[in-house]
Amino acid sequence: MQAEHLEIIDFLRRHQPFATLSEETLGRIATEVEVSYFKAGTQILEFGQLTDSLYVIRSGAVEIYRRNGDLYNRLSEGGFFGEFALLRHKRTRFPAVALEDCLIYLIPEAVFNQLFEENELFADFVEVEDRTRLRQTVARKEDANELMTSEINVLVTREAIMLDTRATAHEAAKRMSEEGVSSLLILHHTDAPGHPDDADSPSHPVMAGLITDRDLRNRLLAKGLSYDTPVTDIMTTDLIHVEHSQLVFEAMLAMLRYNVHHLPVLKHQQPIGVIALSDIIRYESQNSLFVVSSIFRAQTLDELKGLVSEVRACFTRMVREDANSRMIGSAMAVIGRSFKQRLLELGEEKLGPPPVPYCFLALGSMARQEQLIVSDQDNAMILDNSFDPDKHDAYFLKLAEFVSDGLAACGYTYCKGDIMATNRTWRKPLKVWEQYFTDWIDKPTPKSLLNSSIFFDLDGVWGKTEWADRLNRLITRKTRHNSVFLACMARNALLRTPPLGFFKDFVMEPSGQHTQSIDMKRRGTAPLADLIRVHALAVGSKSRNSFERLKDIINADILPHGRGQDLRDALEFISTVRIRHQALDLEAGNDPDNRIEPENLSDFERKNLKDAFQILSNAQKFLKYRYQPGRVN
Amino acid sequence: MFYIGKEDVKTEESGSEINAGQLDWARRFEELASQTRHPQLKAYYEAGAVAANTPIHQVPMIAMDFETTGIDASRDDIVSIGLVAMTLERIRLRDARHWILKPRTDLREESVVIHGITHSEVEAAPDLKRILEELLEVMAGQVMVVHHKGIERNFLNAALKRRIGEGIEFPVIDTLELEARLHRRKKPGFIDKLFGREKVSIRLADSRARYHLPHYRPHDALTDALASAELLQAQVATRFSKNSPVADLWS
Repeated sequence: MQAEHLEIIDFLRRHQPFATLSEETLGRIATEVEVSYFKAGTQILEFGQLTDSLYVIRSGAVEIYRRNGDLYNRLSEGGFFGEFALLRHKRTRFPAVALEDCLIYLIPEAVFNQLFEENELFADFVEVEDRTRLRQTVARKEDANELMTSEINVLVTREAIMLDTRATAHEAAKRMSEEGVSSLLILHHTDAPGHPDDADSPSHPVMAGLITDRDLRNRLLAKGLSYDTPVTDIMTTDLIHVEHSQLVFEAMLAMLRYNVHHLPVLKHQQPIGVIALSDIIRYESQNSLFVVSSIFRAQTLDELKGLVSEVRACFTRMVREDANSRMIGSAMAVIGRSFKQRLLELGEEKLGPPPVPYCFLALGSMARQEQLIVSDQDNAMILDNSFDPDKHDAYFLKLAEFVSDGLAACGYTYCKGDIMATNRTWRKPLKVWEQYFTDWIDKPTPKSLLNSSIFFDLDGVWGKTEWADRLNRLITRKTRHNSVFLACMARNALLRTPPLGFFKDFVMEPSGQHTQSIDMKRRGTAPLADLIRVHALAVGSKSRNSFERLKDIINADILPHGRGQDLRDALEFISTVRIRHQALDLEAGNDPDNRIEPENLSDFERKNLKDAFQILSNAQKFLKYRYQPGRVN
Repeated sequence: MFYIGKEDVKTEESGSEINAGQLDWARRFEELASQTRHPQLKAYYEAGAVAANTPIHQVPMIAMDFETTGIDASRDDIVSIGLVAMTLERIRLRDARHWILKPRTDLREESVVIHGITHSEVEAAPDLKRILEELLEVMAGQVMVVHHKGIERNFLNAALKRRIGEGIEFPVIDTLELEARLHRRKKPGFIDKLFGREKVSIRLADSRARYHLPHYRPHDALTDALASAELLQAQVATRFSKNSPVADLWS
């Protein structure tokens, strides 16, 4: 008598792509099914393994991996895998591991092929699933995205516990047990005046080191040292630290790269807490598949180039998952930064260690953490003051060229304005840079500032990054009350204006003319960033990200009520439209750009864009009025 | 399978069998082949049994489940048989069998409620004797996998005695007994009772749940056979190795 597998038929009936099949077909499939149990943690399919079945998860959960070990997808009851191998060359392309105890129904190849050929809906589903699953992975969505976009801030749950350098090991241990912490920051309070640049800021304590449970054990107890040993003898110096606004996964990568378990977190150069590896582990779940980790694993330029598609995939995925422009901007900036860092590492390996210390700078959108997928490379180098052009410059030119060519190969086009470290003008000792900024700020002309505004968004990415901090302090200190300078900056910030809006499928220009398309960067995000920069410098903001700057500006209360929030919304909306259209370009297989044709905008976008442009236009009028030469702000 | 009340599960004797350890079914089958007169049964024994030291992953198995008219093998009879071929790696539904049989005792109302097989169905069904040859062919050379061997072993033995005047012996791996080894090692003590610790249920559905196997509706012989087959895979994956000798599992 024909055996009827009720449970199997019932199950298939409840899940796509089987739900569309006839009862008769389901009955036939059920009699061909094979069943296998996999305990949690067991490998179900190995890379390259020959396979003869479609794997359907009856119960449990399965993780699908890429060949390189990155998680690709996570499936649960009703999910299926192994279809790639069946449709292609029978060899497993995506290894599978049981995440939970699993019961798998295996549908033999012959049955699968027959269904695929005879049933259009089934074939469509299996194939469509392929494509969407390529783009979307559950794990990325649920877990990875959190890490990619969460700031370290979220991990800092209590203030850093600190102790002076004059304390003893015993005092440190006592303090740690009182506070119930596993680490302690050791601060050095200077009485002597700091560097002249810092003269007008109060003398802040300097982070001298960090002491952990492990230090007390290994460096004190195990060595039999006295409890009165100064903490400075057993602390860890040369600390690796992170900024509060960096992303959680950057902190994780820093720990991995430098093999440390504690990282001080700084905000405006001041420690606000310490995060431990355990904090991150608690925060992160089991999956980490980050483009950034691939960047740091890449051994050659070719391998780096190979990651461009991953970067683009990461971008479109974030867009699809409705990440906001701030998240996407910072994720892309981190990726760009990592490319630079890895290229510099590779460059130093190739050319040998640098003859004098240097700092590699990111400028413009990357320094502001507002990088998107279409981006120029804007960079520069600060060299040690002992730099001797005749002896050293050949090295730095080669290094700059290596990085610049590498970045170009990885999709960061050469800067049209030649603002790159390959340009001798932007490869100078620290004292020259200080002179550059002093000249720009103290003797400003609209013309001299026209091409240098990009330098007012700068960030150290490699080497002596403290020099970048020093330039940033110099900028903050010198520009704040400098009305002539601010007026010049403001004038330049008005050069690029937004369009009025849209009329039919044309862009309405303030002149009354119509144009076919609009450059969302030139006419939208760039003038907004320029405008926000002027206000930020005026209020002495130390932030570089436009959204962060806006917060500082709103706090300083220099704008009419509500206008700061309006600007934030306008920036977010224009950025989002720009980002979405780049993602659409990428998905359509086109080269993404910043130009948008009104016909491609939805009514919703048109309406909101018009409002956003109006806000920008009004804000520009206010800027012009507020920053007039000679006016005391 | 028929319902098994908790009190029906007797496991004391199975403990001694584990210790005996090395049941030699291959030799036992040689003896039985020489003693038996019935040709189909003789052929079954002559097909032999795997050696006791065969690693479990090389053992061909048949998961088996009966629905019966009651629980007393001496009075009740088999109403349906479900068989599913399996190895440790794969359970093959292609090689599954399902028979509804006409029992030689009355189909009682209370059992109909359980397995849902009706009088009109059994009226049209064949007697076990008519499918015996096919059944024995499927079983030949295989180790049976059951949940509570008291049913399948005793009922088939009794049913054959009634029909051909000879009983049958066959090796089984009892998934219930494997669970009992884990959860019935000792009787609940005073402390357990004090804290109200319940005996862990080793019934099929509860045992399956412990291994995160899905819930199947019980009392369809074929589904229950499949359920036991999956349970055995899970038990071996969790508590044995694929190289464990079959003698560690069978009885």
